[in-house]
Amino acid sequence: MVDEATQREAIRAAAEAVADRLEDEKTHLTDLDSAIGDADHGSNLARGFRAAADAVVDDDESTPQELVKTIGVTLISEVGGASGPLYGGSIMSASATLDDGLTAESSVAFAEAYLEKVKDRGDAQLGAKTMVDALTPAVHTFKKSIEVDELPPLTALAKATAAAERGVEYTVPLRAQKGRASFLGWRSVGHQDPGATSTWFIMQELLDVADDYLDGEVDVDASSPTIPEETPDEEES
Amino acid sequence: MIGLVVVSHSHAAAEGICELAAQMGGDAPLEPAGGDGDGGIGTDADRIGEAIAAADQGEGVVVLVDLGSAVMNAELAIEMTEANATIADAPILEGALNAAVEATNKKATVDSVLEKAEEARTYRKVS
Repeated sequence: MVDEATQREAIRAAAEAVADRLEDEKTHLTDLDSAIGDADHGSNLARGFRAAADAVVDDDESTPQELVKTIGVTLISEVGGASGPLYGGSIMSASATLDDGLTAESSVAFAEAYLEKVKDRGDAQLGAKTMVDALTPAVHTFKKSIEVDELPPLTALAKATAAAERGVEYTVPLRAQKGRASFLGWRSVGHQDPGATSTWFIMQELLDVADDYLDGEVDVDASSPTIPEETPDEEES
Repeated sequence: MIGLVVVSHSHAAAEGICELAAQMGGDAPLEPAGGDGDGGIGTDADRIGEAIAAADQGEGVVVLVDLGSAVMNAELAIEMTEANATIADAPILEGALNAAVEATNKKATVDSVLEKAEEARTYRKVS
């Protein structure tokens, strides 16, 4: 495990990279959201992650866990609508898994806790055309890559990010069953889900920053070249 | 007395519902928590948390909500508060009126206010 100062630097770099990326994608995300939602996803997330990055930028004292929690709490305050509790609330809650800082093991625990919290808070299952559709394949792929294939964490994150992209594509032909989009019924079919899309963008930035700190392969496909001999130890699929 | 919080995406809707409910249960502490806090449409967990704190007289709070993020932000606010607060699974306007009436009952509890609010789910407008 890298030392705490390096973890802190990586977390702040990730927050900054995500804030910049969401600012760049603001119009793109808002366009996706105006097709099937209330057209505020891009501006909400960009504002929230900018505030979150600013909240941790000068923090040289907090533990990695506290930094991640601060990012979540700031998002809750700064992001309006459902994204505040879904992104911020889930980060805040999942930060409880980072007692020992950022390790391969704690990253898997964080990812699983985040997914569970999003599903629970949003009351959304796979296939409802939500961010869960990008997160689920990403988290499952990440866990399996680390725990079964024993790949380096960077390679596992690269596979997970590729899996999230597949999840984003999967939302296009689905009928929305959650959120404002569900009011549109069949008219939601054929549109890409904005929450799944921003989730994928965030993962791309996490991967990009992780590449500066970790060794491993980043140019990978989501599917595994090997068939696992045993499935990861999971409470629910 | 049990407090009531009305969470709507619209500030005006939350205020208006509290106004209507106050006609029925004048003494009950009624706090609107509408809008995103910046004058726009939306809901805000911090704002809801403040309304819960303002409505709580120590006996608990029942929260009425409209759509989607109102439920999620109310849940989050409740997780972060010390008050005994619960979301009513009820239509926001009719539920608020029922809840306000029950809240003025001297023997009212969070459960009894919740129950009255949730009875509003069966209201028919046209028979």
